[in-house]
Amino acid sequence: MNSKERLILVGNGMAGIRTLEELLARAPDRYDITVFGAEPHPNYNRIMLSPVLAGEKTFDQIILNDLDWYAKHGITLHAGDKVEGIDLAARTVTAASGRVEPYDKLLLATGSAPFILPVPGRDLPGVVGFRDLSDVQAMVAAAKTGSHAVVIGGGLLGLEAANGLAVNGMDVTVIHLMPTLMERQLDEAAGFLLQQELERRGIRIVTRAQTEAILGRAEGRDSKRAEGRDSKRAEGRDSKRAEGRDSKRAEGRDSKEDRVRAVKLADGRELQADLVVMAVGIRPETTLGKASGLTVNRGIVVDDGMACSDPAVYAVGECVEHRGQTYGLVAPLWDMAKVCAARLTGDESAAYTPTVTATRLKVTGVELFSAGSFGEAGSEDIVFRDAARGVYKRLILSESRLVGSVLYGDTKDGAWYFQLMRDNADIATLRDTIIFGQGVGATDADPFAAVAALPDNADICGCNGVNKASIVAAIKTKGCCSVDDIRTHTKASASCGGCTGLVEKLLAATLGDQYSGETAAKPMCKCTSMTHEDVRRLIQVDKLNSIPAVMQALEWKTPEGCASCRPALNYYLLCAWPGEYKDDQQSRFVNERLHANIQKDGTFSVIPRMWGGLTNPAELRAIADVADKFKIPTVKVTGGQRIDLLGVRREDLRAVWADLNKAGMVSGHAYGKSLRTVKTCVGSEWCRFGTQASMAMGVKLEKMTWGSWTPHKVKLAVSGCPRNCAEATIKDFGVVAVDSGWELHVGGNGGLKVRACDLLCKVDTEEEVLEYCGAFLQLYREEARYLDRTAAWIERVGLDYIHARIVVDPEHRELLYHRFKLSQKYEQVDPWAERAAYGVDANDFAPLAKIGY
Amino acid sequence: MPWIDIGSLSDIPRRGARVVKTPKGDIAVFRTGNDEVYALHDRCPHKGGPLSVGIVHDRRVTCPLHGLAVDLRTGQAVAPDEGCTPTVKIEVINGTLRLAVDD
Ligand code: SRM
Ligand SMILES: Cc1cc2nc3c(=O)[nH]c(=O)nc-3n(C[C@H](O)[C@H](O)[C@H](O)COP(=O)(O)OP(=O)(O)OC[C@H]3O[C@@H](n4cnc5c(N)ncnc54)[C@H](O)[C@@H]3O)c2cc1C
Ligand code: SF4
Ligand code: FES
Repeated sequence: MNSKERLILVGNGMAGIRTLEELLARAPDRYDITVFGAEPHPNYNRIMLSPVLAGEKTFDQIILNDLDWYAKHGITLHAGDKVEGIDLAARTVTAASGRVEPYDKLLLATGSAPFILPVPGRDLPGVVGFRDLSDVQAMVAAAKTGSHAVVIGGGLLGLEAANGLAVNGMDVTVIHLMPTLMERQLDEAAGFLLQQELERRGIRIVTRAQTEAILGRAEGRDSKRAEGRDSKRAEGRDSKRAEGRDSKRAEGRDSKEDRVRAVKLADGRELQADLVVMAVGIRPETTLGKASGLTVNRGIVVDDGMACSDPAVYAVGECVEHRGQTYGLVAPLWDMAKVCAARLTGDESAAYTPTVTATRLKVTGVELFSAGSFGEAGSEDIVFRDAARGVYKRLILSESRLVGSVLYGDTKDGAWYFQLMRDNADIATLRDTIIFGQGVGATDADPFAAVAALPDNADICGCNGVNKASIVAAIKTKGCCSVDDIRTHTKASASCGGCTGLVEKLLAATLGDQYSGETAAKPMCKCTSMTHEDVRRLIQVDKLNSIPAVMQALEWKTPEGCASCRPALNYYLLCAWPGEYKDDQQSRFVNERLHANIQKDGTFSVIPRMWGGLTNPAELRAIADVADKFKIPTVKVTGGQRIDLLGVRREDLRAVWADLNKAGMVSGHAYGKSLRTVKTCVGSEWCRFGTQASMAMGVKLEKMTWGSWTPHKVKLAVSGCPRNCAEATIKDFGVVAVDSGWELHVGGNGGLKVRACDLLCKVDTEEEVLEYCGAFLQLYREEARYLDRTAAWIERVGLDYIHARIVVDPEHRELLYHRFKLSQKYEQVDPWAERAAYGVDANDFAPLAKIGY
Repeated sequence: MPWIDIGSLSDIPRRGARVVKTPKGDIAVFRTGNDEVYALHDRCPHKGGPLSVGIVHDRRVTCPLHGLAVDLRTGQAVAPDEGCTPTVKIEVINGTLRLAVDD
């Protein structure tokens, strides 16, 4: 017995014990084995702590090796006895209990420890990590007495903790530094879906949030009194608890028992917390390795044979650093265990090589799988979305190999994809169908197989209750050969339009070669099969409120759209949800992002607003001064009755605007899909023929409409008499004064294809001009396709339609006008002032760096 | 070819770009939606448009002047367009951007 070599394992966790299992399988009698574990338990499946926290499993169910196992293999276990020192020269370890044990071979598997943010208050009672059973017990206990939990970190661990705490009845907030959850494993689309799902479960998610401090109850009371803030909230829904807490405090005043009360963010917000879980990351547990003199970087450094700098010492698991890499998932640990066991039994050829890893989130009801990378050079994507099932799949290919995958909602093929990645398999022949999963072989690549397989009574159009049989019947017996025909005959796809794609597939499957495709309904762009109209309607119906939400719900074919659909979606959302939707600057064309017009040499032109074409000496002086000061090469009067400063450098834009703002001028939006100019003639104010005050009317119109975003640019004009010197009848909305009132003209265009306006109606008062104008613009804003001028839009829908909405139906007109004014409340913000004076988007204007000068 | 620190990843908006000025012309540094970083000469192969202010989608940027799309990884115009913009080596180390510039 004593002739056996002595092996000591420090760390009774997953990697260490797996190594022993591998070792016992190879050479059951070679070593005399002793295990030290800091935790007072046999080895358990750490991964399953999340289900334990969520109450889905008991601790007993996650034990991997019970005490019998140790006994059966003759292993001496010192559970709850932490090793505190190693003497490499004498080859002994010393434990907290004072026990000293000699070894011939030593195996370190000390795992890792939660990273604790170095913020004030991190040591307060009530702040825990999420690593071992005692943490889970602390959380379950906290859930019994407290009601608010804050989880810091929106990665795998943090979210599993958050879900578990929510299941335990706590009111949970996750704060995350990055803009999307689990950003290391998930792309934005999947991260977004995950956030939606967690929010649906009542978990609050605060992204882009930096933790500044953790506040205790003692200091909390003082600061609360000092700032007088939050007192309402404390009185409100938590009055009971607040009271209870205060009385506790009164009792415990002497015992100086402090406890966490809130988490403070860098932006000043305070989030109430009876429990704080730190899940911002892990760091290898190297205290022991370092103290003993082994080479340690971020982790305990090992070679390919898992040997440390002292050849009698090996290390496996999360405590190691191998070729500069550290680990946080179990899969690589299994490989390490194999290699280490082989080396311990004298097989010098075994070597560890890193491989791809995969992650699943263990939150019941959330299916999520991520493996490999999604940002490799030379790679391309295959994307599949099924909104009805909440499915998002993305495969990343590089030279016909699979290098990464992100699956949300349907992860059953995760294992298969993962295998293809590990095998580095050539998937050229699978390419067309791989996204549909393993069940779909390369042989049945028929794109219509799915619709063909649907039963006759399958609902195709949910809104109008039309099933497959009725559509097929309409095609066969009524001669329908387009989606429009089907719509007319069966009402399928006539409501929300969500089933248009399915109807098309049915047409193609039923008609075969006779189906010539759709001519009328052109999709927005190659990223989708939906038309502009479908997209706009569905944004409303499904209450979609962000670009990722639209792309998922409407099954976009690309991960993040293109330069054509992104600006369109941004506009549609802005129009649909005034004041709520957060404009996505990166989805805007440069001119609308930088609020100036890009020129051929990369400089910009700046055009301040001149209300109704009017100006004055002060404005002209300011323009002249700005031109001098910034050496602006060209000053020109535009065709829109105002002055253009051309050749301004990007770095100077903000300073130029600041000077123009000072003289009272705001952006003319000469760059935007927005209201441009309101041209006027002098009118009755001066002109001998003038019948009405056209300048004043023009200024009123411009004051009402400026700043509004529209599908394409919008131009207005007001002429004082039918001589029409302001060219009002080739404008989007033109007003011509006559003796008895105002004629309103719409849908004109003086550009590419000249189109004279249609006369819409005649009104009597200035107020009516404003109301009809606002209503007309709102109808255009809500219904036209992005990049349709009013001329093209009216050509398509017909003047009668506009007339019916605006003139014949006063109630509808008033509603439109009301919605226009509502959205103007949010849109009439001078973008120049925001940027010049308040530093909004300052980075857009300054170079990142200057080098080599 | 020295590597030079030019700032940190967070200085660039996702799906956006910033410019690094050099005596030999501007270099556009792009950050994609997935936090990949690429650097190209800030000149469109068509007529020299500033790619740094184009719309970034996936690993492409669309030139603001006439709408040509350029692959950020290779600098190649996306078919059917033709042309190529030189790439510049860039790496991200712990959030810090380093650019390789020839002197
Ligand atoms: C500056 C100006 C020319 C001038 O020096 O007078 C001008 C300049 C440009 N026009 Fe214009 N248009 C200018 C008045 C006009 C007019 C006359 C008017 O507004 O009364 C028209 C015809 C009227 C109309 O729009 O119906 C006009 C019809 C166009 C068109 C064709 C639009 C169409 O729907 O057919 C384009 C192309 C486009 O927008 O897609 C265009 C586009 C452009 C662009 C924005 C081209 C571009 O994308 O870079 C030019 C920007 C130069 C710059 O940096 O400022 N510009 N453009 C005028 C600015 C007016 C202003 O104060 O805002
Ligand atoms: C809640 C949770 C969920 C997870 N989910 C997943 C998942 O879904 N998928 C996945 O792949 N991975 C997951 N992981 C990670 C996985 O659990 C780890 O990768 C794995 O446990 C690491 O094994 P290890 O042996 O290196 O460390 P551990 O399993 O942590 O074992 C180390 C042991 O060493 C002990 N120890 C430390 N120092 C000493 C000392 N001086 N003396 C004696 N004993 C000491 C520790 O107390 C501990 O028991 C999860 C982790 C947690 C905490
Ligand atoms: S007419 Fe043509 S060249 Fe002249 S400003 Fe308009 S777009 Fe430019
Ligand atoms: S300069 Fe880039 S497309 Fe013309």
